[in-house]
Amino acid sequence: MTVSRIDRRFAALKAEGRAGFVAYVMAGDPDKATALKILQGLPAAGADIIELGFPFSDPMAEGPPIQRAAQRALAKGMTLKATLETVAAFRKGDADTPLILMGYLNPLVTWGFEAFAQDAAAAGVDGLIIVDCPPEEADPLADALDAAGIALIRLATPTTDDKRLPVVVRRTSGFVYYVSVAGVTGVKEADAAAVAPNVERVRKASGLPVAVGFGIKTPERAAAVAEVADAVVVGSALVDEVAAAGELNEDVTARVLSKAESLAKAVRLARRVAV
Amino acid sequence: MNAPTSSIGARPNDYTAYPDANGRFGDYGGRYVAETLMPLVLDLGEAYAAAKVDPEFQAELSGYLKHYVGRPSPLYFAERLTQHYGGAKIYLKREELNHTGAHKINNCMGQILLAMRMGKTRIIAETGAGQHGVATATVCARFGLPCVVYMGAVDVERQKPNVFRMNLLGAEVRPVTSGSATLKDAMNEALRDWVTNVHDTFYIIGSAAGPHPYPAMVRDFQAVIGNETRQQLWELEGRLPDVVVACVGGGSNAIGLFHPFLNDEHVKIVGVEASGDGMSTHRHAAAINGGRPGVLHGNKTYLIQDPEGQIEEAHSISAGLDYPGIGPEHSWLHDVGRAQYLTCTDKEALAAFQLCAELEGIIPALESSHALARLPECVDMAGKDGIVVLNLSGRGDKDVATVAEHLGRTI
Repeated sequence: MTVSRIDRRFAALKAEGRAGFVAYVMAGDPDKATALKILQGLPAAGADIIELGFPFSDPMAEGPPIQRAAQRALAKGMTLKATLETVAAFRKGDADTPLILMGYLNPLVTWGFEAFAQDAAAAGVDGLIIVDCPPEEADPLADALDAAGIALIRLATPTTDDKRLPVVVRRTSGFVYYVSVAGVTGVKEADAAAVAPNVERVRKASGLPVAVGFGIKTPERAAAVAEVADAVVVGSALVDEVAAAGELNEDVTARVLSKAESLAKAVRLARRVAV
Repeated sequence: MNAPTSSIGARPNDYTAYPDANGRFGDYGGRYVAETLMPLVLDLGEAYAAAKVDPEFQAELSGYLKHYVGRPSPLYFAERLTQHYGGAKIYLKREELNHTGAHKINNCMGQILLAMRMGKTRIIAETGAGQHGVATATVCARFGLPCVVYMGAVDVERQKPNVFRMNLLGAEVRPVTSGSATLKDAMNEALRDWVTNVHDTFYIIGSAAGPHPYPAMVRDFQAVIGNETRQQLWELEGRLPDVVVACVGGGSNAIGLFHPFLNDEHVKIVGVEASGDGMSTHRHAAAINGGRPGVLHGNKTYLIQDPEGQIEEAHSISAGLDYPGIGPEHSWLHDVGRAQYLTCTDKEALAAFQLCAELEGIIPALESSHALARLPECVDMAGKDGIVVLNLSGRGDKDVATVAEHLGRTI
């Protein structure tokens, strides 16, 4: 039962008394083999949970860093099938780290929800975040994922008011992703003080752990959010390292993992510093 | 004497009863947006539903359409085109005579009045050729609201006069370099702006596409085209047309003409998609004829996409049809067989453009020229004593440079 991998990880984090670090990277960026190497290095670098983006041509909720990451991956011929192959290869060496796929609905429409859910489960996927699939449209996908034991992780945002929150967390499992800013990924900066009451609100409504993302770029910001959230998601800052390494002709894997390490460290130490 | 109104009721094939409460036309439409936008889209749906049945709102809109836009637009008997094809009578619905030269302003006027009613203070829009951008900039100038128009960098380059027009009207044009730097990317960027400025901003979508309620709302604002046509043809001929025909990109001018005729099942409905270099070349913009259903820009609809579900670039000589999707109501009308969707190549559109100019003294938009090119088929469908109404959705002054280039002329 793959969903429990997420539950087990959050239970362990709770026992340790710290927030988790969720690292987002894009499948196939800068190429399939290197992206797999990055993925395989992330747990040792301190990633408690991995979000693996699968590229889409029209990522309407992403800021420039993840847009460019998707473009780089697509230019290298990355596909959803190859993304699942990447997951399967990762799973061979890691049975414990929860892996969440994140992306847009159309490639799944193309694959077919039922078939995709079965194939994703077989590859070792634990959850799915689909940005352009709000609860009102999610039932067909949720049915397919339920049958395969994959969690459909829901997004709550600053515009999700108390009236709407129950709709958003209906049929959710694993954790809830709180989008900390009204905006696209990696542009505005998250304000930990403003995030805190919302995390509590979402936790209460869902009974699930809350991961916070969008607009967390630095170890300092990650540490601040880690004091109030159950997990902290960083994406744009990591995929920007792929771009930077490419420009500077440096080792991509080392550069991304080094950034992940500094973020993970900040998240791990956050509450110790706070208390 | 008034034209018969179409029968609206609960009969199983009441085509005008859509979308349903979830914004669905059959399997198409819906609200596929990021959660941040969902509350805004739901708010907009409620605000529009209230405005739609508010006589004061409708009276205000009608007033501006009459005195500012110049409605009603004429329904003109195209005598020489009729003679040329030697069959059914051809009427042109002269949307190109509207203020700003196309049908786009019908919708912009409706949406900006709604924006002000909702207390929004900033307007954004996407544009391809620049026609919708110009219409949006126009109504923003008229009502004194700041306006940002997103336009693909490629389109900014090939539509410089329209960029300047928008600037003259006080709008800021932001070139979009992401993705393929064309209309679909401009729409992505407008959605990104909206998700970032959720409190004060109203997004005026120009196509009968996007998340619910846009496809229905844009259709309703454009339905003035078909409603006038019914009335005018009744006065001129005492009957309904046999065929109505319009070009389809996103499909707002087409659905505006078609919708009031949907329940008159003897009226044949023909949409014309742009097939660019030809359907076999993969360089086309024909979502129905060359695509398959998928999800993009907030709705489920036919899309031009690769086998992996990545959206492909559309190609058409007409920037206004250069979009890889189509409004969801068209997808549904196609599937249920109520409308048929033909195609027209760049070459055929160019020939029709010249023919209309030479025979009728009307330079049509390249978009509308796609519909003109299928007149022979429509005349056949209508029969010898039949009547065809074609939506002349825009004027072609904006296209003369493009046409000259394709004809190998320098101007």
